[in-house]
Amino acid sequence: MISTALTDLWYGFGVALEPHNVMWCFIGVFVGNMVGVLPGMGPLATISILLPLTFGIKPVGAILMLAGVFYGSQYGGAICSILLNLPCHPPHAVTCLDGFPLTKKGRGGAALGITVISSFVGASWGITEMIFLSPILVVVALKFGPAEICSLMLLGLLAGSTLARGSPLKGVAMTVCGLLIGIVGSDIETGTPRFTFGIPNLFDGVEIVALALGLFGIAEFMKSVNQLSEVDTKYTNVKLKDLRPTREEFRRALPAMFRGTLIGSLCALIPGTGPTIASFVSYATEKKISKTPELFGTGMIEGVACPEASTHSSVQGDFIPTMSLGIPGDAVMALILGALMIQGIVPGPQLISEHPDIFWGLIASFWIGNIILVVLNVPMIGLWVKLLTIPYKYLYPSAMFFVCIGVYSTNNDMFQVGEVVIIGIVGYILLLLDFHPAPVLLGFVLGPRFEENFRRAMLISRGDILVFVKHPISAFFIFMCVLLIVMQIYVRLRPPKVLATNIVLATDRKASEAAE
Amino acid sequence: MFGTLVKKRDFYAGGLMTLLGAAITLDSMAYSLGTLTHMGPGMFPLMLGLTLTLVGVLILGTAVVTPLSNDENILPKNREWRGWGCILAGPIFFIILGEYFGLVPATYSCVFVSALGDRTATLKGSAVLAAGVTFFGVLLFSYVLKIPFPMFRLGH
Repeated sequence: MISTALTDLWYGFGVALEPHNVMWCFIGVFVGNMVGVLPGMGPLATISILLPLTFGIKPVGAILMLAGVFYGSQYGGAICSILLNLPCHPPHAVTCLDGFPLTKKGRGGAALGITVISSFVGASWGITEMIFLSPILVVVALKFGPAEICSLMLLGLLAGSTLARGSPLKGVAMTVCGLLIGIVGSDIETGTPRFTFGIPNLFDGVEIVALALGLFGIAEFMKSVNQLSEVDTKYTNVKLKDLRPTREEFRRALPAMFRGTLIGSLCALIPGTGPTIASFVSYATEKKISKTPELFGTGMIEGVACPEASTHSSVQGDFIPTMSLGIPGDAVMALILGALMIQGIVPGPQLISEHPDIFWGLIASFWIGNIILVVLNVPMIGLWVKLLTIPYKYLYPSAMFFVCIGVYSTNNDMFQVGEVVIIGIVGYILLLLDFHPAPVLLGFVLGPRFEENFRRAMLISRGDILVFVKHPISAFFIFMCVLLIVMQIYVRLRPPKVLATNIVLATDRKASEAAE
Repeated sequence: MFGTLVKKRDFYAGGLMTLLGAAITLDSMAYSLGTLTHMGPGMFPLMLGLTLTLVGVLILGTAVVTPLSNDENILPKNREWRGWGCILAGPIFFIILGEYFGLVPATYSCVFVSALGDRTATLKGSAVLAAGVTFFGVLLFSYVLKIPFPMFRLGH
């Protein structure tokens, strides 16, 4: 088992080291790192903007690049949160707690250095986990029938919508909306147009690019316009030599790094708990086991190393269910899966055997990309710090152009640009009503496959709805769904005092307030 | 009781979802439902519509039981009508000018109009920004990616 995995990995390196693939990977992590640094641009918006640009390149290159944007932006976000106290991306909210005090003490450079090291450690572990776990998962998943796939998707959707930010009920509502948007277009079996309002342009369904750019582009811009204050660049003067942590700092950060890595990789295995939750849980744990918990928040290097390591190990681990089961854990993964589907690749357990170049090439490119990131971040720190000062008023109009042209170029159809405006307005209204639009994308991507498998399961079982609890594996997934719901209700009705989730919720709220 | 209810954000959130769910449930009846074994195109939307209605009612329920908090304004404190208008006008200019005059005017107008949404934006600054984005954007999309969108055209 191990030897086959290593042979496959070797093959993957062969794919990922092809010059054009290295180039796409480099472009991906470079752009990702850049937008991660820019205040006000998230990985979701960036991946959606870049998505139309990847239609022309081969699937392997496209996926390597989009994945690179994702983990590259996690690196960049750390710079933003440590030096400016701005958590541009939710996972970095806890990094601010100790990162910014360190910056004020003049140790911001060292914090960044530790961040680079812990990110690399975390990511390496996450990748290793993916190499060995994915093939095992695939062996199991290939035995799944439509009923099992259906229940697994239900579990994935439920976890993705209830464990994410905000109220679980609203998350579920958003997921259902996503599933409904996925229905728009011609029915796969009978060809009946559904929810198209008689508009022929909608017969092919809503384009994922239009949906993503509307929700994470236009709606986000409408929310952020004139809301972002001028950044305070008092502390951003960081030079290459500042990055070196002292021996003492390194000694304290090292164990924290490994604990963070472990927590992150565990969180990655639970569907729906992405990097954000991983970083909060690891920070809380670190604070708990520390001999001096009262010093957290005043600039403890452990408080930077631990969440960063766990973020990265969970970011890489998030790819496991996405690539091996075809079930994305969050909106970013849903977008990457959508990109695969646009390239004509069917996601699911058969992906590894049918497209080994994509799977193993992607894994190998993670190593390459992470090494590129270390190389990019250490000597070029001055450039990234300069980028922090680009004002939002230049950023969003340029992004608007990319939104328009990107949506247009998917089908060379002006109608889609109109579609993106409508989706943007609806998205902003949903944001105002406290709905987080990320689960919409999850539902949208899984929707058609969910319906297809549901219909097939019912056909095979001759209309017996109980088929989902009669098959043992499927029953297990359904049981997990029920457990998830019961847990949510329990936490609502009787909030446990010291449970980590509580801390998570409280810090999350504080952090999101700080972000706004 | 009802007076405080209509001030709550969740009242509108839940109400919107309930209405949407009900509308979809009703609409999906128009497609053939089929049987459970051979599901028609209407069955899956019907199930989703019912779920959404239920979730909407539950959100409404939480609005009723939770006390009124002081942060229930749906619109943000500063209403950025100018920002919102400009951001939405950008793509609309892009559609109209793109359809009749080509990529360059479309790009320029889209960036220029969107940029005016910022409160500190000046006409000159926006014009320069728009010119820059147009130059590099056209270079990227017309020459490198070769999308079929003429740089200039007259009429449709």
